[in-house]
Amino acid sequence: MIEVESLYFKYPLANDYVLKNISLKIGLGEVVGIMGGNGSGKTTLIKHFNGLLKPTKGFVKVFGKDTRKESVAYFSKKVGLVFQNPGHQIFSDTVWNEVAFALKNFGFEEEIINKRVKWALEFFNLIQYKDMSPLLLSGGEKKRLCLASVLAWNPDFIILDEPTVGQDFLQKEKLIEIIKMLVTQNKTVIVVSHDVEFIWLLQPRLILISNGIIVKDGDCRSVFKDDSVLEKCGITKPQLVELYEELYPLIERPPVDIVEARSMMLKLLRGLK
Amino acid sequence: METLTEIIKFINFSFSYSGSNALILKNINLSIEEGDFVLLVGPSGCGKSTLLRCINGLIPHLYSGVYEGEVIVDGELVKNKSVNELATKVGFVFQNPENQIFMFSVEKDIVFGLENIGLDRNEIDSRLEWVLHALGIEHLRYKPPYELSDGQKQRVAIAGVLAMKPKILILDEPTSLLDPRTALEFILLIKELNRKFGLTIIVVEHRIDLLTNVANRMIVLDKGEIIFNGCLKEVIKNKNLNLYGVNVPPVIALQNYLKDEGLIFNEFYLNVKDFSKEIKRRLIGID
Ligand SMILES: Nc1ncnc2c1ncn2[C@@H]1O[C@H](COP(=O)(O)OP(=O)(O)OP(=O)(O)O)[C@@H](O)[C@H]1O
Ligand SMILES: Nc1ncnc2c1ncn2[C@@H]1O[C@H](COP(=O)(O)OP(=O)(O)O)[C@@H](O)[C@H]1O
Ligand SMILES: [Mg+2]
Ligand SMILES: [Mg+2]
Repeated sequence: MIEVESLYFKYPLANDYVLKNISLKIGLGEVVGIMGGNGSGKTTLIKHFNGLLKPTKGFVKVFGKDTRKESVAYFSKKVGLVFQNPGHQIFSDTVWNEVAFALKNFGFEEEIINKRVKWALEFFNLIQYKDMSPLLLSGGEKKRLCLASVLAWNPDFIILDEPTVGQDFLQKEKLIEIIKMLVTQNKTVIVVSHDVEFIWLLQPRLILISNGIIVKDGDCRSVFKDDSVLEKCGITKPQLVELYEELYPLIERPPVDIVEARSMMLKLLRGLK
Repeated sequence: METLTEIIKFINFSFSYSGSNALILKNINLSIEEGDFVLLVGPSGCGKSTLLRCINGLIPHLYSGVYEGEVIVDGELVKNKSVNELATKVGFVFQNPENQIFMFSVEKDIVFGLENIGLDRNEIDSRLEWVLHALGIEHLRYKPPYELSDGQKQRVAIAGVLAMKPKILILDEPTSLLDPRTALEFILLIKELNRKFGLTIIVVEHRIDLLTNVANRMIVLDKGEIIFNGCLKEVIKNKNLNLYGVNVPPVIALQNYLKDEGLIFNEFYLNVKDFSKEIKRRLIGID
């Protein structure tokens, strides 16, 4: 469980608070989306979840432990953070060693390390690059490598900052599949994203941030109904929500995916014949 | 009929990076006309960024490898031009904005490029104001790059390139870090430049829903080969696009599904509004 209570944060040399009075609880087995305009404070917020940043006021607790009381390494084992920019995360000489690195640091046994690295690289279609330098990978491949590294150590909370950047359709499908699988294992996945179509397919609990303040926290469907708050956060609607609004009252709710949209349309168009 | 000028041309072109024998681009033949707005898509790792690097000269000047065939930009062979000479014609926004921002403040970063091409003070100032405004980054003007959020960095990188007023604008996933409204505004801005000044634009994007309404051409690359290349409205209809990694926008995928069910529409609608209008027209028309 991650608990955030009356969190205020400001960067050392800055005058203004970047996060203001944030209170939030995230339990296990949840999918949480975080959206908001550029510079609204999303990345700053998630960096508090593994203790990378410490509150200026208020507190953050992970499984009951205040993030000020233990090291970042301690919290990272439970809360794996995959950054937006893979460059900040890659240090090893080969793709294989990159995934093995954290596992070694956390003291896993050789045999387990080998198994997990192999699994993670295969899962993310990277096994063919195992002996190559990570720096030579394409942008999307680097991003998947970071994901593979974090999943390999099996944290309870997985936080993904802009995971769909550089990812094609197949990789996005895979990402959705893996997020759903993680949730069935009672893990929690927190996704920061600007990709409204991706968020809609995930149907998460959705938190909107504007100017360092949480302006909405609710299920995805209800959040995408709140026009004024979407406007405030600069968020556009997913196409399937737009479709519902254009066709209302011909269809009674927004389809969750394309398959449902198809059957709704067929019913609509054929029902009349 | 206006006459079309080929501004970019690949002739029997192949490339592999040195140190690896994999052919990353295979026998590419491609010509892009001045004023084209091209959407380039394909699976992760298929060679999109590599293709773009061949246009701005990073390949072969900074990345070496086996270079066969020719790439011609604005009438000249890329291999005979320096990266700096090409940079005055080809504006390039990198996939990762951190590769692009070097100076100590947003303003200095934008001005640096303009000073380098020897513009006078007035011109520099007016372009600076224009891009700061166009990308909504006036408030970040004196900030250092390491204090910017990811999306803010991307906006700055784009501003720096637009300020140079290039003839060709190349964007490698330019909206990936922008919030949805900013992404939409940016796409409309470049469309405007394309329409008004005939700026040639090539965009690599995975979130293509924003671009289907503005681009006129679409190229699909897979394993270093061109699979489709043509008018966007035609290419986008192709049912197998998702096999090539394309995130087909829901409204388009839906029309393909309905077509399979024998429901034929007169036109292929690229956005939800037009599609819904047609659905409503049918329902009310039939009723
Ligand atoms: N190291 C830093 N020092 C000072 N200010 C910073 C620093 N990092 C970020 N900021 C500022 O804090 C605010 C929030 O930044 P943050 O990176 O959390 O935004 P974000 O919501 O993740 O945005 P984006 O969608 O662009 O990634 C921004 O105004 C940014 O300019
Ligand atoms: N500098 C490099 N040296 C060697 N291989 C590279 C280099 N840059 C990219 N590659 C490889 O070339 C292929 C295509 O990469 P890239 O053009 O970046 O793909 P895309 O932009 O389509 O995702 C990938 O398999 C990548 O690993
Ligand atoms: Mg961020
Ligand atoms: Mg790329």
